[in-house]
Amino acid sequence: MKKWQCIVCGYTYDEAAGDPEHGIKAGTRWEDIPADWACPECGVAKADFEMVLLAA
Amino acid sequence: MNPIVIVGSGLAGYNVARELRKLDKEAPLTLISADSAHFYSKPMLSSALGSGKAPEAIAMNTAEQMATQLNATVRAHVHVTAIEPAQHAVHLYQETLRYSKLVLALGADQIRLTIGGNAAERVMTVNDLTDYTQFRAAIAGKATVAVIGGGLIGCEFANDLTSGGFKVSVIDIAPQPLSRLLPPEGAAMLQQKLTALGVDWHLGTSVTAIDGDGDHLRLALANGETIKVDVVLSAVGLRPRITLAQAAGLKTSRGIVVDRNLATSDPDVYALGDCAEVAGLVLPFVMPIMHSARALAATLAGKPTPVSYPAMPVLVKTPACPTIVSPPSAGIDGKWNVTADAEGVKSLYQDAAGKLLGFALNGKATAERAALTPQLPPVLA
Repeated sequence: MKKWQCIVCGYTYDEAAGDPEHGIKAGTRWEDIPADWACPECGVAKADFEMVLLAA
Repeated sequence: MNPIVIVGSGLAGYNVARELRKLDKEAPLTLISADSAHFYSKPMLSSALGSGKAPEAIAMNTAEQMATQLNATVRAHVHVTAIEPAQHAVHLYQETLRYSKLVLALGADQIRLTIGGNAAERVMTVNDLTDYTQFRAAIAGKATVAVIGGGLIGCEFANDLTSGGFKVSVIDIAPQPLSRLLPPEGAAMLQQKLTALGVDWHLGTSVTAIDGDGDHLRLALANGETIKVDVVLSAVGLRPRITLAQAAGLKTSRGIVVDRNLATSDPDVYALGDCAEVAGLVLPFVMPIMHSARALAATLAGKPTPVSYPAMPVLVKTPACPTIVSPPSAGIDGKWNVTADAEGVKSLYQDAAGKLLGFALNGKATAERAALTPQLPPVLA
């Protein structure tokens, strides 16, 4: 499971946690998130995220 | 060939570069920055304390990393002293750069109010990572902060500083927080949630004088009250940086005036972001920058592309009371229709026919953003 960070606002998408509030189930891999999904914090598109490697 | 030169390394400058590289990997590109040219998240400056982030942790990439990533020359700590559009020249201190196209991504300055007293110059503003590092150093080991301005940035700082253990007083001339974005009902909920967190409000008044008082600062308010704090932060609004463009003879108004292709009055000079006035709009928010950067990159890559703005709700980072606003266009006719319960306030700005023109959502009502946003008219069709 990886973590991805929004380059605009710093929001982290954790694949393990998903984004259930916006219809993304826990465990959803980044590549499986629909392209029209946007950062729940600042609204930027999926393409504007950058990957952050999971430390553990 | 002379490079495309971008002046400014904030979100606008770096995003034009990023978007350009998606379309053209090779065009010579130079980015000039007055600061260290670190790439960082500006919105995080008003939310980092509560989440336990040190100022250094906000920077995501150094200038060197960005230069490699973007296949660009990144010049840090370089000031542009003048622009000569007729010569396609940018003058730096003791040096002149020639450009093919010039992009002004200069940003905006924090407005500083004129305040009396012997310590008014100790008022801090946070507009970039350098300011923020100084602010964090100034509050280290202190307990109380006064925030002048109860707008978006002021409220975010009030929430963040309070979460970080500070006692915060907010002073605003308006009778409510977020006076330009929220109807009174929504503002009341935000105010109440921040009060519950510990924020102390001084609304409908202003700071007339700031004087030193031992280690403290004493603020005299127009309503006769005084507040004693360790640090004063001002967040009363932004003023687009236009002097460089003005001196170069480019057309300016509130911001640097650009057309829908983001071109200034000189066809080879473009502007975007907080310094630009696009079709009469100065919108110092993230989403307009993202849309502008994408359009401008296409234009720079050879395909003239006008920018359009969809509805762009703005998230106010006040975790004590989640708030999302999509303000109606200035001067548009309609009225607020508000439904509120204990957990949220939903304010819809509608015209006589019931068409949605804007909204403000607080608390649980923020869950309706996704359903409401598609009903909004575009900001710039």
